[in-house]
Amino acid sequence: MDKALANFRICDFTGQLAGAGATKWLSAFGAEVIRIEDPVRQGRWDILRGMEPYKPGQSGAEFGGAFNNHNTDKLGITLNLRTERGKEILTELVKISDAVTENFAAGVLKKWGFDYPRLQAIKPDIVYVSNCGFGHEGPYHRYKTWGPIVQAVSGLTFTSALPEQPPAGWGYSYMDHTGGYYMAMAIMLALLHRQQTGEGQWVDLACTEAAVTLNGPALLNWTVNQKPTRQTIQPSSNRSQFAPMAPHGIYPCKDIDGAGDHWIAISCRHQQDWKLLAAFINKPWTQPYDDTAYRLEHQDSLDEEMTRWCSGFDKFQLQEKLRTLPIPVAVVHKPRERIEKDPATAQFGLWPTVQHSAMGEVRVDGQPVHLSKTDWQMNRGAPLLGEHNHQVLSGLLGMDDAEIAQLQQDGVI
Amino acid sequence: MTVLSGLTVVELANERISFAGKLMADMGADVILVEPPTGDPSRHYPPFVNDQPGENRSLYFWHYNTSKRSLVLDLDAAEDRQLFKKLVTRANILLESEPTQRLKSLGLDYEDLSILNPQLIHIAVTPYGRNNPDSDLPTTDLTLMAAGGPPWSCGYDDHELPPVRGLGNQAYHTASHFAYLSALTALLYQNTGGAGQFIDVSITAALNVTTEAATYSWLVNGSTVQRQTGRHAATHATGETQMMCADGRYVNTGVPPRFPEEFAKLLAWMGKIDLLDEFPEAVFLEMGANWEGPFDLSKIGSDDTITAIFGAGREGLKLIAQSVSAYDFFIGCQEAGLAVGIINSPEEVFEDKHFKARGFQVPVTHGNIEYLYPGAPYKLPASPWQIYSKAPELGEHHADILAELE
Repeated sequence: MDKALANFRICDFTGQLAGAGATKWLSAFGAEVIRIEDPVRQGRWDILRGMEPYKPGQSGAEFGGAFNNHNTDKLGITLNLRTERGKEILTELVKISDAVTENFAAGVLKKWGFDYPRLQAIKPDIVYVSNCGFGHEGPYHRYKTWGPIVQAVSGLTFTSALPEQPPAGWGYSYMDHTGGYYMAMAIMLALLHRQQTGEGQWVDLACTEAAVTLNGPALLNWTVNQKPTRQTIQPSSNRSQFAPMAPHGIYPCKDIDGAGDHWIAISCRHQQDWKLLAAFINKPWTQPYDDTAYRLEHQDSLDEEMTRWCSGFDKFQLQEKLRTLPIPVAVVHKPRERIEKDPATAQFGLWPTVQHSAMGEVRVDGQPVHLSKTDWQMNRGAPLLGEHNHQVLSGLLGMDDAEIAQLQQDGVI
Repeated sequence: MTVLSGLTVVELANERISFAGKLMADMGADVILVEPPTGDPSRHYPPFVNDQPGENRSLYFWHYNTSKRSLVLDLDAAEDRQLFKKLVTRANILLESEPTQRLKSLGLDYEDLSILNPQLIHIAVTPYGRNNPDSDLPTTDLTLMAAGGPPWSCGYDDHELPPVRGLGNQAYHTASHFAYLSALTALLYQNTGGAGQFIDVSITAALNVTTEAATYSWLVNGSTVQRQTGRHAATHATGETQMMCADGRYVNTGVPPRFPEEFAKLLAWMGKIDLLDEFPEAVFLEMGANWEGPFDLSKIGSDDTITAIFGAGREGLKLIAQSVSAYDFFIGCQEAGLAVGIINSPEEVFEDKHFKARGFQVPVTHGNIEYLYPGAPYKLPASPWQIYSKAPELGEHHADILAELE
């Protein structure tokens, strides 16, 4: 099978998830992604390198499970940019690369002497994509972020809550994932532009801006109707935000295994869904809710009834039954349930096993798409620190073993 | 002219993919929204202009359909199917989220269309993938999210409270992101001599790989994260990071001070707002500020001095938060080099000076009126993002598009 991006080489300074997730997409489709790390700090700028989860019996900078997950099939080299020789080698690499990518705080690459004008001087059609929380311009450009900060500032934390509770927010870095998706889009858009015009450019991606676009209708309700999302009592974000639907919530189910925390999501999109559900429930309490307007107005009491009713069921059995009606329903999957029990994820090939030089075989996040002629592949785990120094310096830059040994001795790699 | 100018995208109207179409349209593609004669149902989703319903008054529809053109086709009618074939023959991308067998039964699936147009990129977005019959079960953003994993990680320390689904149709957004990423990948391939292809996007798969530690903790060592109030779900309980400030608004405190200069700035700030008298632990902040060399973070909890210094950092932040507004806390901490965030509502961030200064508020003309829309998710100076036109009225471009097909 062809590799869609086999013609592209990325000189990659990204890390964590917001950056590494972007170039993971590119490497999965065959781009040559050369990840550059700092030998002095042993690559620890990317805190995921030496962070849990670890496989049993493993720990340390070569064993971080998240780092492996986000850096599959990339080449890893070390380069000390404090040294002149390190800068020269980077210059040589930029000359033969299509894009330079990074998600440092604003100004870090510039401090090392590689801002966009310099990159452009080295290679006039280079694509440079920077990704940081507030972007490289504007009053907050010096401010630092990580995923939860981006989510907080952008409105996404606020819009995830139950009534009379503080914000629940997102229990993970949704915007590190999604910031990575936008970074991958930006890289590919700039590469497309270069294919068409021969022209490179610098894309200043601000993760917070991408995040704010994800609440579009709420923003128009503000700009057009002057209606704020902030209210005295926030409605439950498990309710339907747009098309009126009720019930529309997450309800507790029977504790089937002693572990607790079993939940199911149910939506009735319209009167027809409700009629099917009410007939299945077959209890007098459903009757007043047969009136659509009443049902939509009395969602608090309806949710109480639904909570009582659902709590008697095994969530999987209830899901099966409501699927036969059918109405929209889904178990709130625990990680094990969606990864090991839901046949859809395995059937889709979503958890490929990669070979990591220190960790051994590990399953990772695959890509949730299949391209009929150029599908993604994941084979190799994340690179060890400097694992591909020899391959890149010799294979791409034509250095001999003595030169490479000297670089090692001089602390350049 | 911008990067996707000259590309034609045929989008079979469906709320799951309208965002993917918008992302392409705002980068210059000619996105033709194919609506049934009754119009796309999301034309009737609230909120509405001045709360008055109407086919062209949904702000939901406005947002998701900028820069698109509208064509009305009834794919159940033979004549319209011929028009659709003509349209797709000249298109670069077909974007759809139909039931898995529908296009096949109409003779309009990839195997039919790719004969007419071998360069066609056909993107199908379904709940579980095109080959899974479960994709034809009814779903909503809520049920897709539950099945795909995000709500398991979101909610409160109190597990009597249900898991929480964040607003904004993020299941559709996540699927749309992957539809768009796939389209760009297929276009780059085409430009290097490749053919068209069929792209199968699974919405629940997209969510499954957008859950961070929930997935890889299980994959790596079989551990399960548990949800916590306002912070990352984790396999072991972690300290709170969300606080209410003096004005009743919340902040995310991020990572507490870790470096001597951060302790110094925190101490100076507390002095400036007269909090040092009521904070006896200030002495530890001072020790932190004067610390020589880096802290050994692994000694928090075992070394009494280091533990006291870091505890004072956390407590100092709490005391400040209780004394100042959320905005002042955000600005003050960031000026001290601490990555903290104010928890804005959508309209609050929209009105924030940083976003205004970056030109994030974008005017869009509706007849004689200009409304402000959210702006570019990324800035490509050589090939800029732009809202070319407001969302189309039903069939607004029908005659034009048919004329172009002649």
